[in-house]
Amino acid sequence: MSLLYGLLTGILFGILLQRAEVLRYDRQVGALRLKDMTIFKFMLSAILVAAVGIYVLKDLGMVALSLKSTSIGAQVVGGTVFGIGWGLLGYCPGTAGGALGEGRLDAAWGLVGMVAGGALYALFYPVAKATVISWGQWGKITLPQATGLSPWIVIVVLASLCLAMFRLFEKKGV
Amino acid sequence: MQSNTWNPYIAGALTGVLLTLSVLVAGKYFGASTTFARTAAKIEAVAGIDTGRIEYFTTKGGKFGPDSIPNWQVLFVVGIALGGLGASLASGTFKLQPVPTMWAERFGERPLWRNLTAFVGGAILIFGARLAGGCPSGHGLSGLAQLAVSGFVALTFFFVGGWITAKLLYRD
Repeated sequence: MSLLYGLLTGILFGILLQRAEVLRYDRQVGALRLKDMTIFKFMLSAILVAAVGIYVLKDLGMVALSLKSTSIGAQVVGGTVFGIGWGLLGYCPGTAGGALGEGRLDAAWGLVGMVAGGALYALFYPVAKATVISWGQWGKITLPQATGLSPWIVIVVLASLCLAMFRLFEKKGV
Repeated sequence: MQSNTWNPYIAGALTGVLLTLSVLVAGKYFGASTTFARTAAKIEAVAGIDTGRIEYFTTKGGKFGPDSIPNWQVLFVVGIALGGLGASLASGTFKLQPVPTMWAERFGERPLWRNLTAFVGGAILIFGARLAGGCPSGHGLSGLAQLAVSGFVALTFFFVGGWITAKLLYRD
């Protein structure tokens, strides 16, 4: 059943990504060049709606959070390394398959590269664990927990920032 | 903008609804990058390599090992490809394209350089994502929707690395 949910959720996500043109290299690299904000609009809208949905359901006791551990070293170094690869490839792990689906043949090479990167990281993992990952470990923590604020205050602040950005995007026509 | 393209705010908001429903119904947050490490483990196991000797493939009860496939996320990633294929065919936007338009304008139409860059970029990107513990789906969408500190830090640096790289590639 879990496999079926995965496939169905993926198909629906793929349709949304394709129809909003989020899968395209030109959109992804356009966002990194700050020339085309489609990706930001899509992502931030998804985050805001999901944040409200998840925290409402959490308050009702219907869902649990599944947090990734915070390691400042891992997320700063790994995040930057990811960004370098993203800038070169122009697709991300979630969208590369979808890009191939809509006919972008270069995405296939990206996908093969990703598997190679996975194999490479597995060999490097013992070193990473002893160094980068061990730097600045704060555990599984949310911004509300770290600041002592209510999640709803954090969501309102986040939403206000996003709406201000959306207004700026529309004013600049990007 | 083409008239049949969906508004990114609305498509994004619907993605937020989809993520919420996925958590509620299946208990699954979106993520994608682990699938590529798991695929590597599976290929190595099939090729006869003893993945039990590689710590990453045995850590956390074999979470990233060859026996973790198939799982929800692998099917999720496959589903995205199928959704992209179906939606592009249905809307008439499917297009076999060896080299992206923006790339071709800067570096020319030769697929060789583009494919080589895509391969190297893909390898660097998963290396970074596994080190960071996630990608724009896992850290970005799922992490920020949960207001996770790890998500805010990772997403910021995804864009920092990407912005620098795009700036170097497309400098005037």
